[in-house]
Amino acid sequence: MDTIYLDHAATTPVHPEVVREMVGCLEKTYGNPSSIHGIGRQARRLVDQARNLAAQSIGAKFNEIIFTSGGTEADNLALIGTAFANRNRGNHIITTSIEHPAILQTCKYLEINGFDVTYLPVDSSGRVDIDTLKKHLRDDTILVSVMYANNEVGTIQPIQEIAQLLSNHSAIFHTDAVQAYGLLPIDCEDLGVDLLSVSAHKINGPKGIGFLYAKNGVKFTPHQYGGEQERKRRAGTENVPGIVGFAKAIEIMMKKRVENFHRYEQLRRLFIDTLNDRGISFEVNGDLKNGLPHILNISFPETNVEQMLVNLDLEGIAASGGSACTAGAVEPSHVLKAMFGAHSEKLFNSVRFSFGYGLTEENIQKAAEKTADIVKRLTS
Amino acid sequence: MIYFDNSATTKPNEEVLDTFHKVASIYYGNPSSVHSFGLQTEKLLAQARRQIASLLNVGESEIYFTSGGTESNNLAIKGVANQFRNRGKHLITTKIEHPSVENACEYLKKDGFDITYLPVDENGRIHLDDLKKAIRDDTILVSIMHVNNEIGVIQPIEEIGSLLQNYPKILFHVDVVQGIGKVPIDFHKSQIDLATISAHKFHGLKGTGALYVREGVKLTPLLHGGNQEKGLRSGTENVPGIVAMAKALRLAFEDFNQKRHEMEKIRDYLRHELIKIDQTTINTPEMHIAPHILNFSVEGFKAEVLVNTFSEKQLYVSTTSACSSKRNEPSKTLLAMGVDQKRAESSIRISLSYENTIQEAERAVKVIKSSIEKLLPVMRGSI
Repeated sequence: MDTIYLDHAATTPVHPEVVREMVGCLEKTYGNPSSIHGIGRQARRLVDQARNLAAQSIGAKFNEIIFTSGGTEADNLALIGTAFANRNRGNHIITTSIEHPAILQTCKYLEINGFDVTYLPVDSSGRVDIDTLKKHLRDDTILVSVMYANNEVGTIQPIQEIAQLLSNHSAIFHTDAVQAYGLLPIDCEDLGVDLLSVSAHKINGPKGIGFLYAKNGVKFTPHQYGGEQERKRRAGTENVPGIVGFAKAIEIMMKKRVENFHRYEQLRRLFIDTLNDRGISFEVNGDLKNGLPHILNISFPETNVEQMLVNLDLEGIAASGGSACTAGAVEPSHVLKAMFGAHSEKLFNSVRFSFGYGLTEENIQKAAEKTADIVKRLTS
Repeated sequence: MIYFDNSATTKPNEEVLDTFHKVASIYYGNPSSVHSFGLQTEKLLAQARRQIASLLNVGESEIYFTSGGTESNNLAIKGVANQFRNRGKHLITTKIEHPSVENACEYLKKDGFDITYLPVDENGRIHLDDLKKAIRDDTILVSIMHVNNEIGVIQPIEEIGSLLQNYPKILFHVDVVQGIGKVPIDFHKSQIDLATISAHKFHGLKGTGALYVREGVKLTPLLHGGNQEKGLRSGTENVPGIVAMAKALRLAFEDFNQKRHEMEKIRDYLRHELIKIDQTTINTPEMHIAPHILNFSVEGFKAEVLVNTFSEKQLYVSTTSACSSKRNEPSKTLLAMGVDQKRAESSIRISLSYENTIQEAERAVKVIKSSIEKLLPVMRGSI
């Protein structure tokens, strides 16, 4: 049976060119970038090149990129690092109730450590309100962390406006751009953020690598000590093959970003149209006009998400309930809860389909048809 | 080309590469996903964990995957400190640890912890009496490396473990990054609570490592998020890297004694030949040493100059550990052993792997000899 992978927001297939690049690097440039001999220096050059490209991809400077083991580490470093380093200025942090667990769980940890965290609500489209943020902003607010676009419903947040609001405030502004990177244009200066997290495995790069953009001058403490790698901000031998693979993925992404954006918009439209043609009842969660094009979160009334996922999987379609990181235990999505309240049926009948590399229109058409069949079967 | 810098990092084994290639190309699902793509990857992850646990002779529930040795060391040390800070704020370690242990301890010092750095004798070993004397009521952790990365000395881990049995509230962490696959060590038998391994030191990939956490030991995580690794280490698992690490460890343990014996032979040959050169002194002691590390000094030479000269002739060795080599500081292990500054500044580390041969060692000796002869007039002129 042909399987159709519609869970690209959880993780993406590694691009064949990325694998090739990594294997080449592993064979030839295996040195430790901190070694002073030739093999080490070769590895250092590759890391430098990758850092350049990563910086270029978000309009940052070379030394503003810190490679990490992934998005979770980048988020943790951003939050814990700045919170503890700026504690003398205050202990209030603002985030939203729809962040990725890497942010929410880190905030919980900071709460245990005496920080005061405000979790902003969102409207039914999953968007935070600037005025609400303004109301919660205090003199002792040291950090604001709002994701660029949500990983479950795709809603894009008003990052630039938040940055504008914060331009008269000393709070550090972090955005988790893990889902947005690769599809939305990002220029850190235009965006006005101080810190920004990115993960490679969401853009057809390898797992185990990501980066944190940290604007020059932003104060934070590292969470991992040792050698002097990453200008003492993140110790540990650089994951050279991972970084090289990541760079390749960035290179491909930069060429394809705009094309992909439109392509996924079409695929999303095709999926919705097909469901409509089949005459089943459904409702899209999120905001199609102001959302990431590769994420389609749909509520199917009178179905049950677990039942849906099992049936989809049997038909060879991989989709998900919440995010993969909370999916291990299929708990009701905290994002949908924030959008619709704890008692909404949508918490128990919504499925996330997410698109990416390698999918054809035929795949989408077929997946949507099968989805409609399953819904019909389950609701008849 | 002769790569004798295997303590800095190793070249990934070909079979390991094949494994990585295959897993990265085919099994891309997120192990936390509930669909079949995720389950397949989850299965691979579980299999890798089982393999590694069985090679290390521990339980599979005792293996936690991390991004490498530095993270594992930080997780062990900061994790214990944060978990038990109410019980006590005293840690014991040694003067010759890897920077990832030393600097994690230095960070804790700023956070109000008290750190005792045990001295080593002229052979680079700590004394159990010193450890015993250092233990206090508020000691919560003893962190001592297995094999030193700069000179190859092995610490008396089993004796330390059994001494610490008299102090049930003290946890015992061992950085086994350099020793694993080269010097036998049994975590359970040595009463170790936490042990750090790193894949790229045994022909695995950079960016993957593990922390052994004895059943029942609780730590505060460093990374928070999706609660992977039973909540101890959040973040999507680097499955291709982890599966490749399991493969690399299996290969390192295959014909273990033969590999070990081969490396010993090469090391002893090098010792025997290098000592014949007028200007050299061997810094690695003769007893309690790992098979793969030989540290020597060349009188009157700055180590960097030699490393660069050798590098031009495609012989790759190092000054101190790669992680501290950029600072241009002499080996702190040698200084702790009482070696004078000058000799420490001229020290070179050769580090072997099971892939090296005696023929390479013969060629290396020639390169070392001819380089010293060639540079000698220049160096003398400069003094």
